[in-house]
Amino acid sequence: MKTPFIHNKNRYQQLYKALFGSTINTVLTIISLYFLYLTIPPIINWTIIEANWLGSNASDCTNDGACWVYISVWWQQLLFGQYPSEQIWRLVLCSGLFIVLLIALIFHKHLCTPLQKRLLLISTLFYPVIAFALMYGGFLGLPIVETRFWGGLFLTLVIAVVGIVTSFPLGLLLALGRQSTLKIIRLFCIGFIELWRGVPLITVLFMASVMFPLFMPQGVNVDSLLRVLVGVSLFAAAYMAEIIRGGLQAIPKGQYEAAKATGLSYWQSMFIIILPQAITLVIPGIVSAFISLIKETTLVYIIGMFDFLGIVQFTASNSEWIRYTKEGYIFVGLIFWVICYSLSRYSRTLEKKPSH
Amino acid sequence: MHTITASLLFSALLAPTVFAGTLDTVKERGNIKCGVTNGLTGFSNPDKQGNWEGMDVDVCRAIAAAVLGDSNKVTYVPTSSKTRFTALQTGEIDILSRVTTWTLSRDSKLGLNFAGVNLYDGQGFMVRKDLGIKSAKELNGASICMNTGTSTETNIADFFNANNLSYKTVLFEKSSEVASAYDLGRCDVYTSDKSGLAAQRLKMQNPDDHIILEDTISKEPLGPAVRHGDDEWFDVVKWTLMALIEAEELNITQSNINTFKNTKNPRIARFLGTSGDNGKNLKLAPEWSANIVKAVGNYGEIYARNVGEQSLLKIPRGLNKLWSDGGILYAIPLH
Repeated sequence: MKTPFIHNKNRYQQLYKALFGSTINTVLTIISLYFLYLTIPPIINWTIIEANWLGSNASDCTNDGACWVYISVWWQQLLFGQYPSEQIWRLVLCSGLFIVLLIALIFHKHLCTPLQKRLLLISTLFYPVIAFALMYGGFLGLPIVETRFWGGLFLTLVIAVVGIVTSFPLGLLLALGRQSTLKIIRLFCIGFIELWRGVPLITVLFMASVMFPLFMPQGVNVDSLLRVLVGVSLFAAAYMAEIIRGGLQAIPKGQYEAAKATGLSYWQSMFIIILPQAITLVIPGIVSAFISLIKETTLVYIIGMFDFLGIVQFTASNSEWIRYTKEGYIFVGLIFWVICYSLSRYSRTLEKKPSH
Repeated sequence: MHTITASLLFSALLAPTVFAGTLDTVKERGNIKCGVTNGLTGFSNPDKQGNWEGMDVDVCRAIAAAVLGDSNKVTYVPTSSKTRFTALQTGEIDILSRVTTWTLSRDSKLGLNFAGVNLYDGQGFMVRKDLGIKSAKELNGASICMNTGTSTETNIADFFNANNLSYKTVLFEKSSEVASAYDLGRCDVYTSDKSGLAAQRLKMQNPDDHIILEDTISKEPLGPAVRHGDDEWFDVVKWTLMALIEAEELNITQSNINTFKNTKNPRIARFLGTSGDNGKNLKLAPEWSANIVKAVGNYGEIYARNVGEQSLLKIPRGLNKLWSDGGILYAIPLH
């Protein structure tokens, strides 16, 4: 929707009318301005003017404001957890490749030759393998870095990206399965979806980290991060399935029938006709599911992992820095906001694009 | 400090898994997997370089020094209060060194063996320095800030009634509320577990204005635990703790340990491994206990460095003094 064109002068008049048009509006405006006057200057004062920016010790924070020295001292932990310092280039390489791939995928429409498109497809499919190999190591002389050393923003992104990437195709299959004419498939999908949607994520994490190992035979230890990843993916898939089902149900029956009438098989009609329309319809739902998944990853702190939020608590348990959790939380909140906000902006541009 | 009903239930259902030979496994693997907290000031927290340090961490380093001769051969596994027992039961860790209170139900039903106590924690008092109070018995008529609905309240009632003192309680739901109320001067005294008090003190506007009194009025013996049914490993952990105390009794420190080479004292000679069979009996090297002190120092040094006067926490040693100094630490004879 486009707002009707208003001349600049009119705009000011409208604004004036909205703010001071009536007695109530005037009073509300004055109260709001007073409230802003009370809150904004102290916030700016604390975060910027009186803040401590330089130093390498907690004792360098002599001003009353925020101690941003905390971030500069602990940045490596905040970003990479306890990943060994001399191996961090591997993670930097991984994220570099990830960003290149992401840009290529976003602008893939501009790639013309089929060869380029094929290359992009192949690298997308192989990226997870390469990324995992780089992160974990154990080949070409790269030392193994066990997953218990993974942490910080890196761990949060690993859990979120794996959850997003696996939950989408799984959710798609579950949504289709739920509409299947084969009773056994339909019942299985309904059962799966309702079971996983019926429990909170924290329960899933506890099952994965506390209960599951007790059921395993003696001496069998499945990596704890792997258990969490599987749990998070299945959990997210159940939600994804319901979102996609909403899209499927919104497609008029005529589309299904028309697809059938042109002689397309089930999978052809789904992937060529139905799903492109259905998924475009539910992009906002899908993206908000992704966003809440990213934020829910912070729950892993409770089962002893140092995600981006948990690492703040961990680093602030150093007695020298115990007073500076606030700064850490603000920093983490800011980064979370940047990630989630850019995702939601990207979804807006996707919505505007015509489907196919 | 709370037992999780679920893990109790499940460990009761499943027969406690028997892991024999952790000592051999550890020697073969060349490192110890040690379950610690996910960040608790003074017990297991990151130092400036991001390496682990603390009371609980030093116990693990001492065991690594005793068994493997190198205190750096430890893999720290952060556990939450919910996952700690499962991690030990399933063999994900070799030892749980994570501010865990030794209780009967944990020692029996959960299939743990507590190898001893590395810190006698318990409820204590924090007051403002300028009140000039030295002992909890001087707190007559004080107003006391504390959490609601915990054993904290009953402990206070018992202590004050037993000493014929009057008091007034100021109750809050959350620990952070208790701390800020005390900091703002709404009460004279803040009571909680001493280790917790010490950490909260550092969050006060002026930490140096507050002190923690020596008195301890409840029992929270914190110690490392291993799995049931693995006696060799249990012995190693137990005697590592004993060796730390023995070293302090003998005044052997990290810095002076090399000066005892020609000692005539049989206890010191046994400790250094120049006489006796202590190492052999535990299936360890003869100099196992000397290695411990070289790596982490004696008990007093560990305490001072992590939670005592050399640290920011400054928890008074109280019960954790040697028996000869008025505490309750006592090394069982090492021979």
